[in-house]
Amino acid sequence: MNTTTISDTASHHDEHDAPTGIARWLASTNHKDIGTLYLWFSLFMFFFAGALAMLVRAELFQPGLQLFQPEVFNQLTTMHGLIMIFGAIMPALVGFANWQIPLMIGAPDMAFPRLNNWSFWLLPAAGILLIATFFVPGGAISGGWTMYPPLYIQGGMAYDISILAIHILGISSIMGAINIITTILNMRAPGMTLMKMPLFVWTWLITAFLLVAVMPVLAAAITMLLTDRHFGTHFFNAAGGGDPVMFQHIFWFFGHPEVYIMILPAFGIISTTIPAFARKPLFGYASMVYAVASIAFLSFIVWAHHMFTTGMPVGGQLFFMYTTMLIAIPTGVKVFNWVATLWRGSITFETPMLFSIAFVCLFTIGGFSGLVLALVPVDIQLQDTYYVVAHFHYVLFSGSAMAIMAGVYYWLPKWSGRMYNETLGKLHFWLTAIAFNITFFPMHFLGLAGMPRRIPDYALQFADFNMISSIGGFMLGVSQLLFLYNVVQCIRRGTPAADKPWEGADTLEWTLSSPPPYHSFVTPPHIK
Amino acid sequence: MVLPIVSSVLSAAPVGAELAINLPPPASLVARDIHDLHSLILWIILGIVIVVFVPMGIALIRHRKSLGHPPARFHDNRTLEIAWTAVPTLILIAMAWPATRLVVAMKDAAREDLTIKVTGHQWKWEYEYFGEGVRFMSNTSTPREQIEGTQPKGEHYLLEVDRPLVVPAGKKIRLVTTASDVIHSWAVPALGIKQDAIPGFIRETWFRAETPGTYRGQCTELCGVGHGFMPVVVNVVTDTQFASWMQEQKELAAAAAANAAKTYALDDLKVMGEKVYAANCLVCHQANGMGIPNVFPALAGSKLATGDKAAHIDIVLNGKINTAMAAFGKQLSDLDLAAVITYERNTWGNRTGDAVQPADVAARRK
Repeated sequence: MNTTTISDTASHHDEHDAPTGIARWLASTNHKDIGTLYLWFSLFMFFFAGALAMLVRAELFQPGLQLFQPEVFNQLTTMHGLIMIFGAIMPALVGFANWQIPLMIGAPDMAFPRLNNWSFWLLPAAGILLIATFFVPGGAISGGWTMYPPLYIQGGMAYDISILAIHILGISSIMGAINIITTILNMRAPGMTLMKMPLFVWTWLITAFLLVAVMPVLAAAITMLLTDRHFGTHFFNAAGGGDPVMFQHIFWFFGHPEVYIMILPAFGIISTTIPAFARKPLFGYASMVYAVASIAFLSFIVWAHHMFTTGMPVGGQLFFMYTTMLIAIPTGVKVFNWVATLWRGSITFETPMLFSIAFVCLFTIGGFSGLVLALVPVDIQLQDTYYVVAHFHYVLFSGSAMAIMAGVYYWLPKWSGRMYNETLGKLHFWLTAIAFNITFFPMHFLGLAGMPRRIPDYALQFADFNMISSIGGFMLGVSQLLFLYNVVQCIRRGTPAADKPWEGADTLEWTLSSPPPYHSFVTPPHIK
Repeated sequence: MVLPIVSSVLSAAPVGAELAINLPPPASLVARDIHDLHSLILWIILGIVIVVFVPMGIALIRHRKSLGHPPARFHDNRTLEIAWTAVPTLILIAMAWPATRLVVAMKDAAREDLTIKVTGHQWKWEYEYFGEGVRFMSNTSTPREQIEGTQPKGEHYLLEVDRPLVVPAGKKIRLVTTASDVIHSWAVPALGIKQDAIPGFIRETWFRAETPGTYRGQCTELCGVGHGFMPVVVNVVTDTQFASWMQEQKELAAAAAANAAKTYALDDLKVMGEKVYAANCLVCHQANGMGIPNVFPALAGSKLATGDKAAHIDIVLNGKINTAMAAFGKQLSDLDLAAVITYERNTWGNRTGDAVQPADVAARRK
């Protein structure tokens, strides 16, 4: 666990406020320690929710019900989605923010260190609550991570526990976001203007604003669910004058920005690694910033594209189709810029770079399937089928998760002061990339052929692709153990890393030692 | 362990020749237009893939450090950046144009020949032909044994129902959808239809099937335990076949109404009740009447199914609020209700000896 073991030379002056043992972690106000906690928490949740996905793929290996009754199957899919989003991807990205933002802007720590501690320590509480729901009477929630009423109203006590857990996660996210915004706007080193910030910092600044804007909306939605369940309100019940579709509007007003909350920092990571390994400055820095801002703005006016089959008026369908298609323009700009960054570079293929290149290719496939889904008539055919499952795994796994892996391999030498095993890293990459495509590419075909998502059993025509997909899924799951092994080995007995192990890296954190001193940039660097 | 799996996949390869990798063959004009729109988009995407990934591939192959390629220092190009913002905009407009025309056409449900109300229930569909007085439930007909693997699976495993929707070919069929409990979605890919059925609200859609045949789909909005077992089957028939089918349905409805006035023996009710139970109650309360602990209550030995008859009838008629227990009074006939309640009160060790009659049920209806 000692990713940030302090070297004697670096920390002689701050021994007095660097407690050891469990207290170091429980009471920590250090952005590096808290970042480490976020990353370990997220890795644990990644494996937990991944294990749920393995069970889902095992049930879907063949037609028929073999392992689970439908009730349990629905719990597995629901909790896989909920935990991956709120427990794995989001905390991992906040972990990056904690570690990297102060290092990249030359700040000594986050603006509100105690708030930072509280933001993290809320997470295990929420995580325990979510996992505990598997053991309460009736089992975990099974109505999908989207929690649509009236189905959500029917459930047992797990539904109330989950609402509480999501509230806690939301509070944690909002506090984290406020901390990040304040840090970036107030604590940049002298000379670092906004337009000189590393792109990763820009993406997190915009993401943090999205979080502050939409997490309260989610809180409102689930509070209304709670009062509908227990206190006799009828927000979503037509019999009492409410409307179940209103929940979907509120949920997706949160939900679509949420999607970008999970991808924008990933863009930031990729925009850091590609220039580093192409040994060439990022192409179109300003247009990258504008593209991220445009995507964030558009994310507020596209939500109903998740709802084309609910039966909205033709004007509504057209509006949301057009706004959704518009997202392709800034997203395209980003992809073109990455390709232009590679062009005439001096490219090497270390593990972070391999993940980054795969990100550009596979995320683009996810973007294309998003474009297909944006077209209302085609969406009518594909809504709630496996095509959608393929689409969001291409943007969330080969998008967010693979960018996170790229980032971990890229910064692990800085964080731990040790190098990971490059051969194992490359093996992990190739197994992940190949298994990912075996798992999720066939799902496009399943969806086109009409297989609905969230079903525990399927018609015989879908059997072959499901079996292929399951085999790929098991490979993908097992491959991630290599990741865990490589990270642990690196921290425990990796060879010492240079202060700047990547030739092309040029952000501020590489001016520090590896690992950086417990308190870094106590005197701010000056940016020319 | 992996080898047998791989070989079993390879042995399935002959079937692979028929693997569906595209939208199903369209059976309506709308479905054909969607199919064509999707194909058009795929060609455009292929073009973009070439434009983006060929330069990327060249860079990855030729601009490597290991080949001694020196890094350039450029990081801006105003003309290029304007071009790759403007050109995609034009491509998007080219995509939006046919899509917009199709959206408008798909929304035009006017001038229909026949209107059918589709109601989603957990976990079956109800069809009501407006102005004809014909109304029936459509339940999955895949036997439990096939799902559990004790019997070989049939050709239309999970995509078969006891009573399909029957419509005439070439006619514009307007569907109005709603639901009684949670949100469902009525979908038939070959007809290009997917429309959510929302409790308390009416939504509308339409289709015109071109040729007679059987078209299959499923509920596509997660609606609980039985979500995967809620198929849609549409039989498209000729006009004359449709007329005689309609006549038959009306006679069946009249006969059913007459039955409600009769008195039945306990054993006859139990036989009928077992079928009603299998179609409506079994998913939750299970074949052995034991339910699923803490999720769906047991009926075997329960206070409800062994105690007061009237209370039992009431809960089946009116359901239980905020649970998956539906108000079956709105779904089933008095005879079916009487039969299934009798079955529940005289099976799995429940021995009340009550033979609930259709008239008893009718008396409890509010």
